[in-house]
Amino acid sequence: MEIRSYPFTELDDLELHPAYLELQRDEPVARVRLPFGGDGWLATRYEDVKTVLADPRFSRAAVMEPGADVPRTLPTMPTESNILSMDPPDHTRLRRLVAKAFTARRTEQLRERAQEIVDGLLDEMEAQGPPADLVEALAMPLPITIICEMLGVPYEDRGKFRAWSEAAVAITAFTPEEIIAANESLRAYIGGLVERKRAEPADDMLSVLVAAHDNEDRLSTQELESFGVALLVAGHETTANQIGNFVYQLLRNPDRLGELRADPSLVPAAIEELLRITPLGGSAGFPRIATAEVELSGVTIKPGDAVFVNNVAANRDPSVFENPNELDFHREHNPHIMFGHGAHHCIGAPLARMELQVAIGTLLKRFPLLRLDGDVTFKKGRLIRGPQALSVRW
Amino acid sequence: MSKWTIELDRGTCIGTGMCTATAPDHFRLEGGTSTPVNETVDEDEAVVDAAESCPMEAILVRSADGTVLAPQV
Repeated sequence: MEIRSYPFTELDDLELHPAYLELQRDEPVARVRLPFGGDGWLATRYEDVKTVLADPRFSRAAVMEPGADVPRTLPTMPTESNILSMDPPDHTRLRRLVAKAFTARRTEQLRERAQEIVDGLLDEMEAQGPPADLVEALAMPLPITIICEMLGVPYEDRGKFRAWSEAAVAITAFTPEEIIAANESLRAYIGGLVERKRAEPADDMLSVLVAAHDNEDRLSTQELESFGVALLVAGHETTANQIGNFVYQLLRNPDRLGELRADPSLVPAAIEELLRITPLGGSAGFPRIATAEVELSGVTIKPGDAVFVNNVAANRDPSVFENPNELDFHREHNPHIMFGHGAHHCIGAPLARMELQVAIGTLLKRFPLLRLDGDVTFKKGRLIRGPQALSVRW
Repeated sequence: MSKWTIELDRGTCIGTGMCTATAPDHFRLEGGTSTPVNETVDEDEAVVDAAESCPMEAILVRSADGTVLAPQV
């Protein structure tokens, strides 16, 4: 069996590397070699990916065991656990502390606030006149404002935490030292906020976590700080990049764009379809370790083996999605796994959906002549892809 | 030990796999949505965890006398 170097070379445009779909067809569970820590498996079919993500025989926590040497992109193993490297029941204990605030029902109550923010941002963009960089005008400020308000993080600190966050989700875009330093800065920053919430509790998520730590002993100080960092970073990097990615794809696809403009009731379905097809992840993150022998597409995974998955490839599995590489806003059934599957299914999924619907829906309504202004460069060497800038005219 | 009941609203369920991963003994995915393995179960905190972790609040856990144990609204 051929061993392939992983992650694959990054493409310039927002495309899925063709190797994923070739492997999905010919070698659905492939052997891959990472820059550090040796070899692992890469699963690309829908059912296999779901199994790896949700079956309790695959562990995230095993990555953190002392002496573990897991295939990875950075020279050193992570030393700090966080919510993404935990298994149930520890993972459940932490997640439950904030899960209520992220349900579809509670998120829907924030729609009005999201609309108000988007309206204000687009007013400003219009007043300044074309061209505008949509990343700075809309994509970044919307999710950052919302997650700041939910967590209780001061919006005026965004310059600081955006820079750290950029480095924290890097693979090769920053040096290993810079990535580690950025994570430490985020930890210290959240640690400082925790102290403030302790002195002056407010109606926000960090205060809830502080109370769960101080009064009920439901999580450790390390868990509290790393959870705060994870919520802040994941709460904006993903949605911010997706807003840019979605606008880019729509503006390059006049047929689908026209369809959406003609019938705005298609917006929710369009967002699901864009979620399905967009290669957001630069990949090679979050391997699972098998804790028992498991068979995936005829390949025997042995206890201790590391398995990587690619959700975007899974979302284009022809056994689940008809014409999988086509953007189709009329799919009756769209069970994509862009938000993952199982215990680590994105806690912010309902929030992201709502923000994307409001942002894209309002942008198209207010700027009927919106178009790209020149070439677009995509970020590289990161866990999450998105445009560096998105210059538009109208 | 008293019995609890699990109701799952399959119309609301979007098949995130949260419950099957949180309480694998009590839920399984069938055709993309979750279903309880048994609708009547012995008391088990994992069932409450699953109901509280569901982003769609599609799982309802009741005690023997019908009181809703989870999710808390």
